[in-house]
Amino acid sequence: MYNFNYHCPSSLQEAESLYAKSEDPMFLAGGHTLLPTMKQRLNAPTDLIDLAGLTELAGISREGDVLQIGAYTRHADVAASELVQAAIPALAKLARGIGDTQVRNRGTIGGSVANNDPAADYPAALLGLGATVVTTKRAVPADEFFVDMFETVLEEGEIITAVTFPVKGDAEYIKFANPASRYATVGVFINRHNDGVRVAITGAASSVFRCSEYEAALSSSFAESALNGITLRTDNFNEDLHASVDYRAHLCAVIAKRVIASMV
Amino acid sequence: MSIPISMTVNGKQVSKSCPANRTLGQFIREDLGLTGTHVGCDTSQCGACTVHLNGDAVKACTVLAVQAEGAEVTTIEGIGTKDDLHPMQTAFRACHGLQCGFCTPGMIMTGIDLVNTASRDNVELGEAEIREGLKGNYCRCTGYQNIVRAVATAAQQMED
Repeated sequence: MYNFNYHCPSSLQEAESLYAKSEDPMFLAGGHTLLPTMKQRLNAPTDLIDLAGLTELAGISREGDVLQIGAYTRHADVAASELVQAAIPALAKLARGIGDTQVRNRGTIGGSVANNDPAADYPAALLGLGATVVTTKRAVPADEFFVDMFETVLEEGEIITAVTFPVKGDAEYIKFANPASRYATVGVFINRHNDGVRVAITGAASSVFRCSEYEAALSSSFAESALNGITLRTDNFNEDLHASVDYRAHLCAVIAKRVIASMV
Repeated sequence: MSIPISMTVNGKQVSKSCPANRTLGQFIREDLGLTGTHVGCDTSQCGACTVHLNGDAVKACTVLAVQAEGAEVTTIEGIGTKDDLHPMQTAFRACHGLQCGFCTPGMIMTGIDLVNTASRDNVELGEAEIREGLKGNYCRCTGYQNIVRAVATAAQQMED
């Protein structure tokens, strides 16, 4: 990796001002995507602004029916949190399944969400649960946050400070994990509550998406059979050495049915 | 850009300067001469470079040395001595949990984290939990059977 200037600010304001002053800066959270891409020279920032010193960004709290997870909270801490396990067990389970032990001890929810890897797990939970991404500038509903592959609505210098999840209904997440990387070849997150059903799918397409066809079918009948005969639009589905478009489309139905089976 | 850093490595205070793009793995091996930590893939997959950062298993190839400022780092050299091995090391020897030995330091550091975390969370460490816990460590020789046995054996001894 090319060399860079390293900064470790102690306040959000300092982080923002360092970003504004630097030539081609990037924010560093857990670093488990950014540092490998810097080694491959896919990223070569002039300045890395490490957010580790901003202790206000880490931590989990619950107020009524809102669960808040600070952006710098590590996957391991979400997985082990009794608050999360009690409020949204599917979210704790999802965090426990990211990467491996060592990755979970460094990777953060804010980093994962900001990166929007098309095969990442957290985006499915945010979209499936109707979460809100809180930044230094605004609060953005997950429905508007994820734009496309590795692309979000985040602007230059904008920092995610927390993610808030509504605690309602029940939820489950299952992924067909790539056996080497543990990324989702296809992962399905379903949240069922009084207002209806939300279904978010990661891994299958260029970005996480809500599956309106499955949502409509499950809202009228929450059963595996409700998905029979539904053909998904696959224009923007991923195809790589791990799985073809058709295989991913097939997996969407198979994994969604497994999720439903575990919830009924 | 050379940056002064201080951390505790295996109980000893260390202060040095290093470039920002130096990984913790390079720092430990090349600047501190602690070559027990092995860098295998250098892409955060194989886990051979696993060390403990403030008590947690991490891949030293994917942590910058500057990110360890003020931290407590433990490497394979810091868990036992030749005459007084850590129970995890004893178990790897007793169960023949290695062949070429390249992955072993990482396996042992992850194994210790696994046992400690399971004990903290009150989780019983069965074979499935051990295999899941070692997902981030690759061994290309053994087929893992004896590694899993070694961690299970050490888990019992560390409990006692």
